[in-house]
Amino acid sequence: MTSADVGPPLALVLAVGVLVACGVTLLLERSLTRILLGVILLGNGVNLLILLGGRPGAAPVVGTAPTAAMSDALPQAMVLTAIVITFGLTAFLLAVSYRSWYLTGDDEVPDDIEDRQIVRQAERNEVATADLGGEGPDGDPEQVDPGPARRRRAGDADGPR
Amino acid sequence: MLVLLILHLVAALAAPPLVRWWGPRACYLLALAPAAAFGWALARTPAVADGGAVVETYPWIRQLGLEVALRATTLSWLMTLLVGGVGALVLVYSGRYFAPGSLGLARFAAVLVAFAGAMLGLVLADDLLLLYVCWELTTIFSYLLIGHSTERRSSRWAAAQALTVTTLGGLAMLVGFVMLGTRAGTYRWSELATASLPGGAYLVTAVSLILVGALAKSAVFPFTSWLPVAMAAPTPVSAYLHAAAMVKAGVYLIGLLAPALATVGPWRPVVTVAGLATMVAGGWAALRQTDLKLLLAYGTVSQLGLLVVVVGAGTPDAALAGVAMLLAHALFKAALFLVVGILDHGAGTRDLRELSGLGRREPLLAAVAVLAAASMAGLPPLVGFVAKEAVLAAFLDRPVVLAALVAGTALTVAYSARFMWGAFGDRPGVAPTDIGRISVPLLGPPALLAGAGLVAGPAAGVLDHVLRPYAELFGPAAKDLALWHGLSPALGLSAVAVAGGAALFAVRGPLAPVLARLHVPVGGNQGYEWITRRFDRLAIEVTAVTQRGSLPQYLGTILIALAVVPGAALLTARPWRERISPWDNPLQVVVVTVVAVAAVLAVGARRRLTAMLLVGVTGYGSALLFVLYGAPDLALTQFLVETATIAVFVLVLRRLPQRFSARPLRRSRWVRRAIGLAVGVVAAGLALVAGGARTAPTISDAFPDLAVTEGYGRNVANVTLVDIRAWDTMGELAVLVVAATGVASLVFQRSRTGPRPRRPEPTGRVNRPGRPVWLRGGPTLSERRRAIVLEVVTRLIFHTVALFSLFLLFSGHNAPGGGFAGGLVAGLALVVRYLAGGRYELAEAAPVGAGTVLGAGLAVSVGTGVVALLTGAPVLSSTKINLSLPLVGDFYVVTSIFFDVGVYLVVVGLALDILRSLGAEVDRHIEAAGRGDGGLVVDRTGEGR
Repeated sequence: MTSADVGPPLALVLAVGVLVACGVTLLLERSLTRILLGVILLGNGVNLLILLGGRPGAAPVVGTAPTAAMSDALPQAMVLTAIVITFGLTAFLLAVSYRSWYLTGDDEVPDDIEDRQIVRQAERNEVATADLGGEGPDGDPEQVDPGPARRRRAGDADGPR
Repeated sequence: MLVLLILHLVAALAAPPLVRWWGPRACYLLALAPAAAFGWALARTPAVADGGAVVETYPWIRQLGLEVALRATTLSWLMTLLVGGVGALVLVYSGRYFAPGSLGLARFAAVLVAFAGAMLGLVLADDLLLLYVCWELTTIFSYLLIGHSTERRSSRWAAAQALTVTTLGGLAMLVGFVMLGTRAGTYRWSELATASLPGGAYLVTAVSLILVGALAKSAVFPFTSWLPVAMAAPTPVSAYLHAAAMVKAGVYLIGLLAPALATVGPWRPVVTVAGLATMVAGGWAALRQTDLKLLLAYGTVSQLGLLVVVVGAGTPDAALAGVAMLLAHALFKAALFLVVGILDHGAGTRDLRELSGLGRREPLLAAVAVLAAASMAGLPPLVGFVAKEAVLAAFLDRPVVLAALVAGTALTVAYSARFMWGAFGDRPGVAPTDIGRISVPLLGPPALLAGAGLVAGPAAGVLDHVLRPYAELFGPAAKDLALWHGLSPALGLSAVAVAGGAALFAVRGPLAPVLARLHVPVGGNQGYEWITRRFDRLAIEVTAVTQRGSLPQYLGTILIALAVVPGAALLTARPWRERISPWDNPLQVVVVTVVAVAAVLAVGARRRLTAMLLVGVTGYGSALLFVLYGAPDLALTQFLVETATIAVFVLVLRRLPQRFSARPLRRSRWVRRAIGLAVGVVAAGLALVAGGARTAPTISDAFPDLAVTEGYGRNVANVTLVDIRAWDTMGELAVLVVAATGVASLVFQRSRTGPRPRRPEPTGRVNRPGRPVWLRGGPTLSERRRAIVLEVVTRLIFHTVALFSLFLLFSGHNAPGGGFAGGLVAGLALVVRYLAGGRYELAEAAPVGAGTVLGAGLAVSVGTGVVALLTGAPVLSSTKINLSLPLVGDFYVVTSIFFDVGVYLVVVGLALDILRSLGAEVDRHIEAAGRGDGGLVVDRTGEGR
């Protein structure tokens, strides 16, 4: 049993480190399955980290051990919630990878097409061809009110210059 | 006053249906709203002429201290008359101007009336924040009106430019208002004006920001470009917004604030320089135009410059001259725009090179135009003359300003003449223009406005009496408004200006090349275009740098931050303890070793199934560590979740390729590993430090006692979930429902709520008679896929397992277990049923929709909380109910068990939804693909794709 000034045992600290390191490495992959496995590993590591925030001890069931000897129940409740949410997330990401496979034949996350387009535009020093950007009224042949005119000779109205 | 605003709102809301019923004629009825404002202001004339104020205050947002504080004094009274009067006339004019069935007329009418209401609110507001709200409302409505012809690019472009420029100014102004208001403790201008304002740079900044807003709204240099472009709007809009109303908001604001702020540092120089530059440049640009509407637009720019100079000067004489000019300008400029509208309407053009002979053909229209243009040029006996005389007289002591004013006035005379010559003159070689019959609703409004200018000139004495209270805010006014002051210096200067203007007009032929050459930058929108282009480029560059579109890059950035920031804190704070125990229990070392090896191997695994199983090992290992740490509930849940995860994984992995695809990311592999290592080290450091860094006693020391006394349970972890921290659990349930719904919507291509799959009548693969049926869904599987042993075992254990899940649920309050564990066990029982008997068996086992189970669970949990609320207890608090039954004896029920039942149901629903989606529906996909034979099919066709 650890006292407060000793802190968590080194073995568990190492477990946290290894799980988080492996989880992060997988998280940076492009395959959704790997990313998901990374999330699970990361989750296991972080759950352990949260648990280490409370003291270890006997099972927190009143009557089976003296209250002072019990482990801390608060981080346990939090981790329990986290475990089940990770399960929900796992199912969701699996459905995403299935969908991705169904539509594209693999489960890799490609680069965002529009973002890449903007990167290309920046390389070519272009301006986005937005609806309002390119052309001012100077380029618009029609400057006369559209509604009221009864007779219109096309093209002879004049714009501002 | 509030009634007037509400009237405008109602009229704006009623406009679309009215226009749909009556067409453009509905505008006549809608004109009543601004006409009412006009009438109201007219009725208040005596009170205002005596220097009084009409005040109304209503509470609005108490928490913010906002009030609808309305206050009409001389200046706002005058603006109300203009906004209401010109608004009503423009609406009448619009009733005839637009052809029945014009596109977007309903929207136009509604927005125009709403604009009038917003403008009214702006000029009546006493609270600066209310003023700001109305200010931005006019901006938005003017955006909609300028962009009336949504199908034309020029129209959209002009609308966006007006919106951008005026909103930018408005925001600056808001900051200025807030600076003033927070210092003075009030936003009421009537209180602010007399409050002692802070001095120094603070006030200078606030005033500068407010001036930016006012100048932007009034299209004064350097914000001029949007106004000429805004001529893309229909002509009635130009007449109203860009002559009488919106652009006057800036002038109004300057006039409102000048009594208190004109002496502040930058005010006078800014107002004078910007105004005079705008006046001269705008007048010069007007001489160049061939489009009559643009000519007027540049004329408006010029006049706004003049108004800003005069109204902002901050002397009593200039103030009196300024308000007179404000009135005169609204009358003649609105009239002239409406005249151009008639020409455009009738001739189909407003290019002065194509109009000819209209002066003789349309004497009435020409007369109206002559009256208005003469007022613009400042000729007696019109109100424009009175105002201009007063302006020149007010600046006699400032020769430089006076010279610029005279030059500007000369330009005004010149473009007034050019307008008349262009619109009504004879042009050799151009066929006389025929504009048909001009109806009364078209001619009436400009005639009334021009006529008012003619009446107001000789009635200068009355004007003087009514407007004088405003001038006296600055001190006693020496001069007065009059048609005839005798042979004063102002009259001489006036004569000089008229002569100069006439001369400029006379030499228009030789002058043309000079005009063409001497471009004044104030007119063009090249500046605006350049700025927006720069911004577009900047946005692209910034986006390209920060948003590369690669998920690993984004995650990498976040994770590096995660490693660096806490890592640096760990290194600098050095909260290391001296003694570190290697382990609590030697078994921990064994488990940790296995977990670590499995995790490292999982990173390198090439096959999906291998990687998944290795990750599963770490999960089971974690469960063991939980047991050793004294957390049986956690361990139980972790075991169950890990098992369920593996089952779900297998369901999906049967469709995905066996191996991970060839890795194109080889180069970045070491980067990824370095990031992983760094984050891992930091996490371990955090675990080491944070684990024992507690300085205060933990809140959970009280949990065991609380669990027994308030939660009536002995399993502290479970009571924490369902009672002490039940809100957390509630949030989690919502997450689970969302996740389950997400899974279903990703997999199901159609609705999942249809009839559940029914077992097809056994046909080919019938059971041979005499063979026992262990599972009813079993025969639907192909012989190859059936596993009789599995069917038998399933048949034998399913109900036992289901019962066990209920036991876990109900015993969880006092012993390890609870809703999560119970729900997971039930979910695993369903998994077994599905694996043994296929999707028809699943439907037999759970003949309800997953959505129903999820919804019921959530409803039960929420309901438990609500019931507690109804009994007066806090939400989600639990009570103990003592009951007694024959045979069973006395027992008690803790209400939080119902909450746990909700948890149980949600978890079962989640499992069911996953099985329905990733199991049954994927089976159906496989069958639909034509190569399946039902049940759990391992499909490798995706391999290598």
